[in-house]
Amino acid sequence: MNAVFKIWRGDANGGEFRDYAIEVSEGMVVLDAVHDIQRTQANDLACRWNCKAGKCGSCSAEVNGMPKLMCMTRLSDLPMDKPVRIEPMKAFPIMKDIITDVSWNFRVKKKIKPFKPRPPDAADGTWRMKQQDIDRIEEFRKCIECFLCQDVCHVLRDHRKHDEFIGPRFLVHVAALEMHPLDTEDRIEELRKAQGIGYCNITKCCTKVCPEEIHITDNAIIPLKERVVDRFFDPFGWIWRGLKRRLDRTATANAAAARKV
Amino acid sequence: MAEYETFTHDVLVIGSGGAGLRAAIEASAAGVSVGMVCKCLLGKAHTVMAEGGIAAALANVDDRDNWQVHFADTMRGGQYVNNWRMAELHAKEAPARVRELEAWGAVFDRTEDGRILQRNFGGHKYPRLAHVGDRTGLEMIRTLQDTGVHRGIDVHMEICILTLLKDGNRIAGAFGYDRERGRFKLFRAKAIVLATGGIGKAYKITSNSWDCTGDGHALAYHAGAELIDMEFIQFHPTGMVWPPSVRGMLVTEGVRGEGGILTNNEGKRFMFDAIPDNYRAQTADNAEEGWRYCTGDKNARRPPELLTRDHVARCIVREIKEGRGTPHGGVYLDISWIKEKISNAEEHIKRKLPSMYHQFKALGDIDITKEPMEVGPTTHYIMGGVHVDPDTEMSRVPGLFAAGECAAGINGANRLGGNSLSDLLVFGKRAGEFAARYARDNSLGEVDNRQIDTAVAAALRPFEHETGENPYAVQRDLQELMQHNVGIVRNEQEMQTASEELRKLWDRAGHVGVIGNRDFNPGWHTALDLKSLLTISEAITKAAIERKESRGAQFREDLPNKDEKFSKVNTLVAKAADGSMQVRLEPLPEMPDYLKRVIEEMK
Ligand SMILES: Cc1cc2nc3c(=O)[nH]c(=O)nc-3n(C[C@H](O)[C@H](O)[C@H](O)COP(=O)(O)OP(=O)(O)OC[C@H]3O[C@@H](n4cnc5c(N)ncnc54)[C@H](O)[C@@H]3O)c2cc1C
Ligand code: SF4
Ligand code: SF4
Ligand code: FES
Repeated sequence: MNAVFKIWRGDANGGEFRDYAIEVSEGMVVLDAVHDIQRTQANDLACRWNCKAGKCGSCSAEVNGMPKLMCMTRLSDLPMDKPVRIEPMKAFPIMKDIITDVSWNFRVKKKIKPFKPRPPDAADGTWRMKQQDIDRIEEFRKCIECFLCQDVCHVLRDHRKHDEFIGPRFLVHVAALEMHPLDTEDRIEELRKAQGIGYCNITKCCTKVCPEEIHITDNAIIPLKERVVDRFFDPFGWIWRGLKRRLDRTATANAAAARKV
Repeated sequence: MAEYETFTHDVLVIGSGGAGLRAAIEASAAGVSVGMVCKCLLGKAHTVMAEGGIAAALANVDDRDNWQVHFADTMRGGQYVNNWRMAELHAKEAPARVRELEAWGAVFDRTEDGRILQRNFGGHKYPRLAHVGDRTGLEMIRTLQDTGVHRGIDVHMEICILTLLKDGNRIAGAFGYDRERGRFKLFRAKAIVLATGGIGKAYKITSNSWDCTGDGHALAYHAGAELIDMEFIQFHPTGMVWPPSVRGMLVTEGVRGEGGILTNNEGKRFMFDAIPDNYRAQTADNAEEGWRYCTGDKNARRPPELLTRDHVARCIVREIKEGRGTPHGGVYLDISWIKEKISNAEEHIKRKLPSMYHQFKALGDIDITKEPMEVGPTTHYIMGGVHVDPDTEMSRVPGLFAAGECAAGINGANRLGGNSLSDLLVFGKRAGEFAARYARDNSLGEVDNRQIDTAVAAALRPFEHETGENPYAVQRDLQELMQHNVGIVRNEQEMQTASEELRKLWDRAGHVGVIGNRDFNPGWHTALDLKSLLTISEAITKAAIERKESRGAQFREDLPNKDEKFSKVNTLVAKAADGSMQVRLEPLPEMPDYLKRVIEEMK
């Protein structure tokens, strides 16, 4: 079967869609088509990929207007009577053809306070955690950093608030740290100020495109928003938490002492 | 004079997989300035794909485990041509390296009492693999990446190193280009750690990603370091075979660990007829016992599907060659049959093997809870690599270190599953530590501009012949050649043919042309990767011819048995003064008595 691919060619200074016709076969994904075109018609067509198995998050692009991993998008799931449109993500500066400069994401992550564990639980320097206590963050830790959620979020894509909002990917990252049973760092104030969680108005577009099916909005962003609200807009809760933290600390110390015996 | 930008670091790490990241973290902790370059983006190196787990004798699940057992398992798996000292260090230090990951935020699956859970894997006597479902590599790389970026490491992403620079004998720096614009970059460094991973892209069917082109192996070789064990390439028995676009994609050993069986087109479980004598005592001889093993019965013996990877891969090839294969040229791997044994088979499979379920559903239209998969061998891992000092990971070139898949010694003739991730951590750390020490004790070497000019001229040559051959065509022909002539089943004649063909391919590689300019141009990048691919292909072929026997991952149909003469040697490849590639046999270092006793006791 023959099919036509409309691929955006160009760089930061501009570009255009160009048509490429190739023979397609059973089971092909969009990345196969791009590779085929690269091999036979356009050696200089830029595209990023690594694993070709949906595990590294390198091959993000927009296919027929939808943010997708090219290596996991089957041609058989697309209407092949029309040309397949492939273009770069919109939330980041274009580098060349269908790849973008995603370095902003790496800079954002570096600013997030790192993991800071409590002292080890056991004399041999190890910790004890229950499986049910980590199930929640194991979901967040599935993230492959494809940045498709960043691409689709209107705060970044349309309003270009890159300096004020860290985007859904990094809210998931903060959630994974904040809900880590061993972590003792406090990131709530930054969430509200530097990280701009208030910009998110829970449209859930990010959740819809996540290839790892992480419930970004429900499981990460909303609980973080609740923590922010609790901290900053609830004086009674604030006093209660101060007290509770002290109680918890005593309880943990007691438990640790008990274990040592 | 060529134009380039210069960076200076005490230690430069090439590669951002598990080995590179661990080395960079360690060097930085030692207080020297560290730079890291990689061809890919941070966090996307091949390590991200690892599934099964990290082998370490933590003894959380079975308290009979300890470093001695892990050591003996590793040596047996490697058919005793491993470097004993590396195997010893690896077994002793892996537990601390895994615990350290937890201290840095990694979240492993847990035991009932809240410790790190460990799973069974081929060749490991006890459950030993720390894991997170079937995405352990992602957990490992993300933990190291997130730790590393807060340690003041300068990361240069999407930079490809073309050549290492030397000042006399010692290392002085590395030279390469950025993929984005094709601008040249010089990295001056007192010490360099190579952590460039594997070579899968020299073969047509592989589980490896595009950047596994053996660059580190080739860079080290051309800089005067030695390569050992290059003939030992692990062909994983189960890769996907259909549809064509996913051919080679890994199907984790975990499928067989959960009870998956291999059958041919006559419906026969052919592995029962192919149990080697030396494994007969520890292998189940009936389906019932094999199943009991998979359900955790400690008194049952393992099913023959879980024999070593090299053996299973060869049996699959035989079935296919003799006409008992599947329509798409594989054999069947069936996990759905366990519904005869357990009532909730469907949920069980989805919970234990989530990404396998997803992979087949999304890419192959196969529901593995209902129907069998078609699988065949895929090029997976190279045991061979840069010859290093076992304690410091320094190569023969002063200041040049190597760790991870591009280094050699720990695995011998065959690697056990899970031993790579632990290798990256143990020897990545050591390489970082000793590279930092070397950097503190030595000053910067002088950079010789002639070396740079030569590298620039070579890199730009493909632009001079726009009408030259398509680099992808040369790459494809090379992959076909290695797949057929130096693949799973080898013989002298086919390998000699390969040697001659490689010479022609070198010539063609010198005349490829590229279109477009230097901005992110994959055609150009492919043209430049050919040098590494050809170098390592030649090394693999030469070493495979030199080892005149079958052992571990090397199977020669013309010499199908082990030969005592080769039981105490490694093949060693090095560049001669005249620039030609030389191969010789190098005696293994003598194992001390206390380790010999460990092996005896574990027999
Ligand atoms: C599908 C799959 C599953 C696996 N599962 C397991 C498992 O469960 N357990 C286990 O122990 N092992 C497993 N392995 C093997 C293991 O993942 C690899 O051996 C290991 O990750 C290699 O790590 P590394 O750090 O040496 O190199 P890699 O992770 O391959 O990293 C190499 C780095 O070097 C860079 N690089 C290469 N060339 C250059 C150059 N010229 N210039 C600049 N940078 C360069 C690359 O960009 C990359 O950053 C698996 C392998 C595969 C393919
Ligand atoms: S839910 Fe929030 S973060 Fe997600 S896309 Fe909408 S606004 Fe952006
Ligand atoms: S949260 Fe999902 S969509 Fe966003 S970067 Fe991670 S994997 Fe991609
Ligand atoms: S190439 Fe890795 S996710 Fe597509």
